[in-house]
Amino acid sequence: MKREVLEVLEKDAKVTLKQISAMTGLSVNQVRKTIDEAESDRVIVKYKTVINWRRLEEARVQALIEVRIQPQKDVGFDAIAERIYRFPEARSVYLVSGAYDLAVFVVARTEHDVAKFVSDKLASLESVQGTVTHFFLKPYKEDGVILEDHEKVRRQPLTL
Amino acid sequence: MSARRSIKRRKRDIISRRVGKVSPSGIRKFFDLLSTMEDAISLGVGEPDFATPWNISEAGISGIEKGYTMYTSNWGMPELRQELAGNLAERCGVEYDPDSELLITVGVSEGLDLAMRAILNPKDEIISPEPTYVSYESCTVLAEGVFVPVPTVVENQFRVKAADIEERITSRTKAILLGYPNNPTGAVMERADLEEIAGVAHRHNLLVISDEIYDQLVYGIRHTCFASLPDMKERTIFLGGFSKAYAMTGWRIGYVAASAEIIEAMTKIHQYTIMCVPIMAQMAAIEALKSGDAAVREMVADYDRRRRVMVKGLNAIGLSCFEPKGAFYAFPSVKATGLSSQDFAERLLLEERVAVVPGTAFGSSGEGYVRCCYATALEDIREALRRMRRFVQRHRL
Repeated sequence: MKREVLEVLEKDAKVTLKQISAMTGLSVNQVRKTIDEAESDRVIVKYKTVINWRRLEEARVQALIEVRIQPQKDVGFDAIAERIYRFPEARSVYLVSGAYDLAVFVVARTEHDVAKFVSDKLASLESVQGTVTHFFLKPYKEDGVILEDHEKVRRQPLTL
Repeated sequence: MSARRSIKRRKRDIISRRVGKVSPSGIRKFFDLLSTMEDAISLGVGEPDFATPWNISEAGISGIEKGYTMYTSNWGMPELRQELAGNLAERCGVEYDPDSELLITVGVSEGLDLAMRAILNPKDEIISPEPTYVSYESCTVLAEGVFVPVPTVVENQFRVKAADIEERITSRTKAILLGYPNNPTGAVMERADLEEIAGVAHRHNLLVISDEIYDQLVYGIRHTCFASLPDMKERTIFLGGFSKAYAMTGWRIGYVAASAEIIEAMTKIHQYTIMCVPIMAQMAAIEALKSGDAAVREMVADYDRRRRVMVKGLNAIGLSCFEPKGAFYAFPSVKATGLSSQDFAERLLLEERVAVVPGTAFGSSGEGYVRCCYATALEDIREALRRMRRFVQRHRL
């Protein structure tokens, strides 16, 4: 029950209680209760909107910063990760396997802002051993949505 | 004088009587009209609105890239038949020998045509529930058989009763043709219903052609494969395909599973008329069988949501609709408007720009109903329901 409601909401956060009720066969009250619970348990973390800012030609820069860190005794990576994810510039932060340790996704207005964040905030942290910054050049797909793929009707007229 | 008469006769005889007897699909007219309208919403097309899952398409594309662009075995690629045999055993509970009991066809459409031509002598009869998929009667007639419809009714959720079939059996009856989950009604058969039909087939020594193209699109029930019933495998020509479950309509690929004798006969026709199914479609189908399950589950969950919205919405606007548990069609009654199916569909398209298919396209027992396909984006379904509400309010008796 919870899963069905969440699946609907994950695809479209704008869908109304009544619509979810019609789609799942649950009553409006059941749907409301399920959502309330999921929100208070922080299963639903936040409702957001996927926006293709490029279409507005807004100045906006995205970057992935690879961060190599020296884990600290007792607290491992978590403490230093927290030092980093507390910065509002860091939109998403993951501990990853491979050649570096933290993947930090940054959104800023200009490349200069990103550079400033890396040199002033990240590189100056004691446990940070090195960073590599990748600026995003062109987005193709975000949150499961192909951004330039809005051709709606591919179906051909047919006779059966 | 005589020369003129002979010219006249030649003109009249260009088209064979057999083909002359077949009428064009009743759905065609609507699509001709529909294609000229810009803001129309079509609930008419009977196909998934999803593109083929990418891993499946990619398997076909990389096949072409590697140069797999030639004929295959007439029966279909051995690897595909092997995978299919495993899939049918696991999913449907019937064991088929991939070397002699499976044939890969150009969709169920070809499988149906082959089945009819392989088993029918002129005037042999096929008994089939109605409303019926538009090809069933035509394929019977093209194979010089006689189509004997058995009307089904909403009071019995459009399930066919074994007794109604048995009543129509004559010395010419060759086979029972079933299509469940059903197009156009969305009806499904319970296992017990099928067992009774199996009894009839057994008592009267009939074949059963079972078109199970929608077998994976069921909601809240388990589909029973007819061939899996006791002693039915030898009697059953089991038609299936990839189009609906894997959203592969354009690849044109399906299969027939039957006894070696029947497959042998069908393959004779297939090898002289079709030769083989395009190899890229076969390579895509192998991938579908190997790892398409998750994508199917996701699409079925999506259809289920739209199904609920559609059925609830139709009932709410006064077009009473029984709950369809299979395929992706709702089959509401339009009797509340007093219009015939044909008038309802035509006027709805002209006045509100929503295309549905009149029930009579599927036989005379479809009168009073229309077929609405819900394999359409949710926002389109909601908008279509809003337009239909206006229409019904205007025309309600």
